[in-house]
Amino acid sequence: MDVVSQLQRQFIDYSASLHREGFVDDQFTQLQKLQDENSPDFVVEVASLFFEDCEKLINNMARALEQQQGVDFKQVDASVHQLKGSSSSIGAMRVKNVCINFRSFCEAQNREGCLRCLQQVTHEYSLLKSKLQTLFRLEQQLLAAGGSIK
Amino acid sequence: MAQSRHAVEKEQSTKITALVVDDNRINRTIHRRLLSNLGIENEVVGSGKEAVDAHCSGKKFDLILMDMEMPIMNGIEATRKLREMGNRSMIAGVSSRSMEEDIQEFIEAGLDDYQEKPLTMSKLISLIRKISLNG
Repeated sequence: MDVVSQLQRQFIDYSASLHREGFVDDQFTQLQKLQDENSPDFVVEVASLFFEDCEKLINNMARALEQQQGVDFKQVDASVHQLKGSSSSIGAMRVKNVCINFRSFCEAQNREGCLRCLQQVTHEYSLLKSKLQTLFRLEQQLLAAGGSIK
Repeated sequence: MAQSRHAVEKEQSTKITALVVDDNRINRTIHRRLLSNLGIENEVVGSGKEAVDAHCSGKKFDLILMDMEMPIMNGIEATRKLREMGNRSMIAGVSSRSMEEDIQEFIEAGLDDYQEKPLTMSKLISLIRKISLNG
């Protein structure tokens, strides 16, 4: 097997594993389909926006939940809602699913539940970021070798 | 020569203009890409108020993709105001809200259509077809 075919195989297998393990869903595939020669870095650009949003929102949630005088659950919920929206738009299924649970705890004004969800969403986001960065690296290697992802 | 479904849609949509109204920059980026891929000239704003301001400044769009939850002025209020001001664009609500009463309120504000997020190419194409049918 030549280098390009090997890299192509690696890219396809890794991509499949992200779907199989639930890190991304069909919405991520839809984003990949929107990428073309006019917008060759579209998925990386959207992912970068998502990473920035996640970090900002997770920090907001952590600060709000730290408040000793009383947690403003509406504020926490607003951040979780935004994160749920962003994760749904990019196809980040596991992050989205944690957000769904998180919102229930916000509604119940359950601080312990919220803190557990915050831990989970931070963990899922870190995993996803690492996985997507690996995927993008594989894509770059494939393109540099003269292959394509289509 | 057989044309792909996408190419046919692109042909029908090249004269259509659109406004994306969403406070989430990821959604704005994706919706712009979807529209551009269909050859639809588009602009973006980040709140319902900015959409109303765009209308007041004389800008006209065939299609407005309106998010529901936004700060300053939400999509429901913006849609209502736009209709009160005589805006005749096709306004499609695009939201992740699943509560029926919220969606109903949004529709009653003056929507022509509603699509649940995330917006996909096939959902957008169904909106474009409606515009083409209505002339």
